Parts: sequence; C-alpha cells; structure tokens
Amino acid sequence: MKRDFPVIFERSRSGRRGTRPPRPPEVDLAGLLGAENLRSAPPRLPEVDELTVVRHYTNLSRRQVGVDTNFYPLGSCTMKYNPRVNEAAAALFTELHPYQDPETAQGALQIMYELQEYLAEITGMDAVTLQPAAGAHGELTGMLLIRVYHESRGEGEQRRVVLVPDSAHGSNPATASMAGYQVREVPSGPDGEVDLDALRAALGPEVAAIMLTNPNTLGLFERKILELIDAAHYQGVQLYYDGANLNAIMGWARPGDMGFDVVHLNLHKTFSTPHGGGGPGSGPVGAKAHLAPFLPVPTVKREGERYVLDFDRPQTIGRMRSFYGNFAVMVRAYTYIRMLGAEGLKKASAMAVLNANYLRKKLAEVGYKIPYDRLCKHEFIAQPPEGLKALDVAKALLDYGYHPPTVYFPLIVKEAMMIEPTETESKETLDEYVEVMAEIARRGLEDPEWIAHTPYHTPVRRLDEVAANRKPVLRWRPEEG
Amino acid sequence: MDYTPHTTDDVRAMLEALGMQELRELFADLPEALLEPELDLPAPMDEQAILAHLRELAGRNASAAKAFLGGGLRPHFVPSLVPALAQRGEFLTAYTPYQPEVSQGVLQAVFEYQTMIAELTGLDVSNASLYDGAAALAEGVLLALRQTRRMGVVVSQGVHPEYRQVLATYLHAVGAELRTVALEGGLTPPAEFDDSVGAVVLQSPNFLGAIENPAPWVEAARASGALVVYVADPLSLALLKPPGEWGADIAVGEGQPLGNPMNFGGPQFGYIAVREKLARQLPGRLVSQTYDVDGRRGYVLALAAREQHIRRAKAKSNITTNAQLTALMGAMHMAALGPEGLADVAAASVACARALAEMLARLPGVERVTPEPFFNEFVLRLPRPAAEVRSELAARGWHAAAPVPAEYGENLALFAATERHDEDDLAGLTAALEEVLQ
Repeated sequence: MKRDFPVIFERSRSGRRGTRPPRPPEVDLAGLLGAENLRSAPPRLPEVDELTVVRHYTNLSRRQVGVDTNFYPLGSCTMKYNPRVNEAAAALFTELHPYQDPETAQGALQIMYELQEYLAEITGMDAVTLQPAAGAHGELTGMLLIRVYHESRGEGEQRRVVLVPDSAHGSNPATASMAGYQVREVPSGPDGEVDLDALRAALGPEVAAIMLTNPNTLGLFERKILELIDAAHYQGVQLYYDGANLNAIMGWARPGDMGFDVVHLNLHKTFSTPHGGGGPGSGPVGAKAHLAPFLPVPTVKREGERYVLDFDRPQTIGRMRSFYGNFAVMVRAYTYIRMLGAEGLKKASAMAVLNANYLRKKLAEVGYKIPYDRLCKHEFIAQPPEGLKALDVAKALLDYGYHPPTVYFPLIVKEAMMIEPTETESKETLDEYVEVMAEIARRGLEDPEWIAHTPYHTPVRRLDEVAANRKPVLRWRPEEG
Repeated sequence: MDYTPHTTDDVRAMLEALGMQELRELFADLPEALLEPELDLPAPMDEQAILAHLRELAGRNASAAKAFLGGGLRPHFVPSLVPALAQRGEFLTAYTPYQPEVSQGVLQAVFEYQTMIAELTGLDVSNASLYDGAAALAEGVLLALRQTRRMGVVVSQGVHPEYRQVLATYLHAVGAELRTVALEGGLTPPAEFDDSVGAVVLQSPNFLGAIENPAPWVEAARASGALVVYVADPLSLALLKPPGEWGADIAVGEGQPLGNPMNFGGPQFGYIAVREKLARQLPGRLVSQTYDVDGRRGYVLALAAREQHIRRAKAKSNITTNAQLTALMGAMHMAALGPEGLADVAAASVACARALAEMLARLPGVERVTPEPFFNEFVLRLPRPAAEVRSELAARGWHAAAPVPAEYGENLALFAATERHDEDDLAGLTAALEEVLQ
C-alpha cells in the first residue's frame, strides 16, 4: 500500500523557517498593542522551508486535473481554454488600491467602463454593474433589483413568489429564498422546455419574477420564449436570465432582445477567465432601463475624457460587495472580448454548438441514450446504456484521463450526464472521447465488477463520502494525522 | 484571434455528420426575429496588440505598491513562490472538486487552508472561503440568525462601512432588523441586547484602526442568547488574541493581507470560521478528510446537504463559486512564512504605522483620532477635506489619506503602513503632507 500524501502540517518541524519577510525593528509589542490584547500562543501554522513548500504544492497540483491537463466537458460550467494572455494582462494591474485617487487609476476605470459597455452590447441590456463576485452573487443582485423595483411601485407586499422551472440550477431557488421570496416550481413539458400552459396558470398578481436559463439546463433553447415573456410581462412579472449558458448564443441572439429584464453573466464561464478550482469568478449583472436606477453603487461613468466612480444612485439596492468587484477577473474578460471581437464571439458560440451537436450524434451512435434528441445548443444530456449507472461511467472515465461530465443533473432526468465540450476542443479530442465512451459502455456491460470499482489508476480511488458526512474531519489535528 | 481549433475541413465534416450545410442551421431553433444581431464591439486584436493596448492603459494608473492606504486592503510583502505556484495550470483551470479522485490537489489544499484559518482565529471550523470580507460578514450574520431563530442584528460603527452597507443589503432582503451602535472616542461603547437580537457584530482592529476590547459585548451577548460575529484582519491575528479566545462564535474577515495583491479591490477572499456546534450551519464548501476503498487517506466535499445544488430553496446560502484560488494563495503564504514569519510581517507593519502616526501627527493642524492602542491603520483629522489632500498627495507621487465617511466626523483621513515601507518612504510622505497642508 502506498504511503498517504502528507499534509503540510506533517512536514512541519519546530523552529524551521521558510521565506524571510523584512526583519521587523525591535519593538515592545506588549507596550504598543497592550499585553492583554496579545495571543497567549502563536497559531500552529506549519514551520517548513521554502523548497518543501514548493514541492508540497507542486506535487499537490499533480494530484489535480484541470482544463490545462485534460478534456473537461463538465456541463453547465463552460470549461473552455483559459488563455495565458489573460494572466499576463491581469498581472499589469495588481498593484492598485481601491482607495487611491481615481485620477491615478484612469486606466483601470476605463477598462471597467468599457467592459460595462461591451457586456451591455453582448446581452442587449441598458446598464451593467460589475460588482457581483460570482454567478450566484449576480443572481442575488438581480433578484434584489427586481424586489426593489416592485417595492418602488407599491407592489412589494403583493408580489411574494418567484417561479423557477424544475430544470433550473440549484442556485436559482436558493437565490430567490435569499432575496426573501417564496419559490414555486414550474414543470417542464415532454419536450424538455418550460410547459407554457403550466407557466401561464402559475402567473398572477402575487408573482414577482421568473428565473430562466436559455438555453436551459438540458441544453435546449426555449423556443416559445417570446410568447412566454409576453405572457409574463402582461401580468407585471419580471424576467430574470441566468447567464450560465450564454456561451451558446453569443452574437446569435441576445437575452435583452428576447425581453429579459435582468441578466447575470459568469465571466469565468463564457468569457474565458479561469475557474481557479472554485473561484474567484465574476458575475456582472445587466438591467433594462427601468431597473437601472436600482443598480448597486458604485458604477463607472464617463465624464468627458475622465472616468469616475458614480455613487449617486438614490434608489440603489445598496452595496453587494466591498470596493468595485473582482477587477482582476474583469481585466481577463476584457482582454478576451477585445481579442475575439464580435465575429470571434459569434464563432466561439457556433463552434461550441457544433461540438455539442456532433458529440450528441456520435454518442448516440455508440449506444448512449439521448433523452431529448434534437438540435441542442452548447450542451446536451446523455444517459448511459441500460444496465449502467452515470456514476460508474463517470468514474471509469477518470482512468482514461477524462474529467467526467456533470452527473445527476438536471434532476428531472434519471442517470443524467450533462456534457458541454466547449468550442476550444478539437474534432480529434471529441472522436477519441467517443471511442473511450464506447469502450466503457461495452466493457462495463460485459464486466459489471470492473466498472463498479473504477477508478483504479487515480491518486486515490473511490472515497468514503458517507463517513465524511456522518463524522466529518474538517481540520488536521496531530492526533488524527 | 479566437481559440477554436476547427479547420474548414473539420467544420464541413462535422456539419455533414449532422446533415447540415451551414453553421446557421445550428441556430434554427431560435426565433428568426432574434437572430444575428449586429454587435457593436471594437475590432479583434492579436496578442501583441492587446498587450500593447493594456500596457498603455496600465500606464494611466499610478502604482500603489507603496500606498499608505488601508481599509483592510494594503500592500504587503508576498513571497515569490505564491503567485508562481498559484499559476500552475492544474490549480488555475480546475473547477469545484466534485470528482474527488482527480481533485485531491485542490481538496487537500482546502483542508489545510481550513486548518490554518481555524488556528489563526482560535475557532474550530473554517469553510473553503467566501467572496470577500463583506460577504463573509453578511453570511456570518445570516448564519447567526438561522441558529438563534431571531431577526435582530446589532453592529458596531467600528465595522468597515462598506461591510455594513453590504450587510444592510442582505438583511433588507430577509426582513431582518439592523441597529448600529455609534463609536465613542473611536471605540465601541458597552451595549445591552434584548432577546430579539440574534447577532452582534464588532471589528477589531476597527475601521479607525483601534484595537477594541470585545469582552463587554461578548458578555452581554452571552446574557441575551445572541451570537458574536467578530470581524478580524487575519494578519493581526498573528499577534493579537484571536476571536475564539475572546469568546466569539463566528469570525470573518478579508483575506487579502495573506498573500494576495490588492487588484484594485478584487478578487481577494473572505474567510469564515465558527465553533463546532455551528459547522452544519456554515455556507459554502467544506472539505473533510476520509479514506478510499484501499484505506488511503483522501479528501472530499462534505455536508453538501447544506448547499444549493442539493437543498435548492432551503439551502444555507446560494453560494457556488467562491474564492478558491485566492484562498489557496493565502494558504501558500501562511505555509511559506510560518507563524514566525507572519508575526514578523505584522510586527513590522505595526512598528511602521506607529512611526508614521507620530511623524504625521506632529504636523500643524493634524491630529490623530484613533485612540491607543492601534494596529497598522489609523485615522487623522486634517485641516482640509481628505479627498483634496489625497489628490494633492497623489500629484506628488504618494498614495495616502483615504477619505473616511462623514459619519465618523469631518475631514478624517485613513492611513496605513506596512513592512513594505522604509524610513525614506515615511519621511517622504511626511514632507509631502507638510507641503500640501501649508
């Protein structure tokens, strides 16, 4: 049996030093800070030399896959290539403080201003805030805009319900709750789209908003979107667009033109900024003119040749985040948009959709079931052949060097595998992936024992998640090491 | 420039497999009226051109590498290994570790980060990170309200004003009541809490830089059944008594001073740590140690039943993406410096701020408003509005004197100093301020 990979605390030796910071002057800390305010003992942080730190994290990184190492078709997450030039771009703007005189940060403010303009143009909205720190944070911002809008019209008390399709991302109902709303689920029809009749029946004077993803989480474009939005608007209901799937339609259609009132975007999905193992992301929100007065402060505006932070928004929902948002993520997205331009964005979406449809077709040919087998957008849902589980297919893929798709989501499809190849993968990658999927299906059906115990060749094998939930160990302690 | 690998032949072959001739057919399910809007965006650029353009924009910013600005973000020494390791593609381009067998790198790093934050705060359990200090405060308060099933919140005015604004936005949404206790002489006065109050919030060092005595609030909160949310700069905890030792239930704060650049305000990371009994109320990701089928130690996401993708409308929070990479940088920073290195950084920062405060307070018309003892930030009353002074200092090449909101008083300016500053910097800023104020 292999030895466990040590935690950094196990590499610690009392008295060993790593990087030496500037040497502090001799000071009487008890005198300066008050003896009663000092720690009784230093925090038990690791005491390791620099090389040990570098090896530790380098070797940890080798126990991790990312887009840079493997095909990563994780549905709904848009794991496209994260260009290295974005990193070089962000590195030009690290040494800026949010409280420095704005006159000395004109370059940074110009980037923010122009990014606001570009995102408004791409989504068809009138105004954009860059403040939200991630997609779900953008969702909350957007739903609070809607809430304050209804309050401003004296309908805040009356409109207490938010409609969410049963195929929605989990963050949608969670956000609606955080925004103080009751959530009512709307069923999908047999075609995988929102059931328009059920939705019409659910509309009423108590409904504040509908949260929709389009294309939806099945990867299907809601074809009745214009009728749906008309019906909702007729009843005074606001339309929220979850932009997680915008990578499907950039340059081909705009949520603003569909009639949506609020949109959030995930710069770390659609606009190629790295996911970082789970953030930091950025979740700008676009709003139509009637919601613009409520945007969080500050936004960036242009006055002649100068860019200024605009705090003057008397009807604002308030602040969503300290400072101005995840600026360094914005720089990366700005770089991406400037490099691709309108034609490049449109081509990116076209290739994302082409790859998804090609893969859908090819997987169907090798025995995978496609529950909604029609033109999809940037992703689609597959199911393993009868007799196999999505989880086992996912685990088997690990041994072949692929990151699995999103599994068991959306909840309305049994054994769902949600596959989003993105536009930055080549035809060869997709063809090889199909071959592997075919082999897994064949071998898994022949040898159920084999697939049930995959993976065999990963740094660790299937882990005991039940024990981790029943009796979680959430920090290292010497006695448990 | 785009990043698609498709050759003309590839596109033709793939369309053919779909029985299509043109890319436009891929969008046949969209209403015709919506299709192909003309996007008014600047023309595409290649890599060399965009970098030249960005360098020109960067040239219109004045570096704040030696800024005397604070508010929880400051220029600090960062070991070179931190950005180098954080740029490893495996860390940079992974996503949430839902497949633990191939995500041990991120998962173990998070587990170690959780341990470090627990150690630093003197509490039991940390989550994997939140967006920033302000969001961490808002989530910490919501957690306290869930636990106590109360809807009242009392916050000290000493808490960063932007954090309080974010808190107000979150609390308005759920209909909770927020009361603010004004500072007296730069410190939080004792207060009493009735049984409607579920969370009391104070910050130390507070927004003016002063070190608070949290004991009276902790005692009053205990007596009324409220939970104490303690906002702390993590660097200060290298020296100062941690929230857990003071009796706080929840500690939150802004992680930038741990290995992250200022980035014009973001991203950094927010941290949250709690007592054991509150672990199942935590928002966001949590990583637990466990074992694989061969008995090898490994790590997985745990207690997902709290989270939005399982609980949907009943989740503890809507959070999904948090601040993993920047929190990882925080962990690398703590590992590289160790307890002694971190304490050295904090001590140098304290000493430098002390020296600067003394030098500046000797200038005519300048008075220190922050009471003793203070940490590495402090507030001065200037004879003129701070925004004007900041602008005139900037014209002389110095970033200092951030305007303090009027709720704290007239003509107040926030200063900070860190181990990045040397004696020449202090003397230079002092001379510049003297000149500006003449």
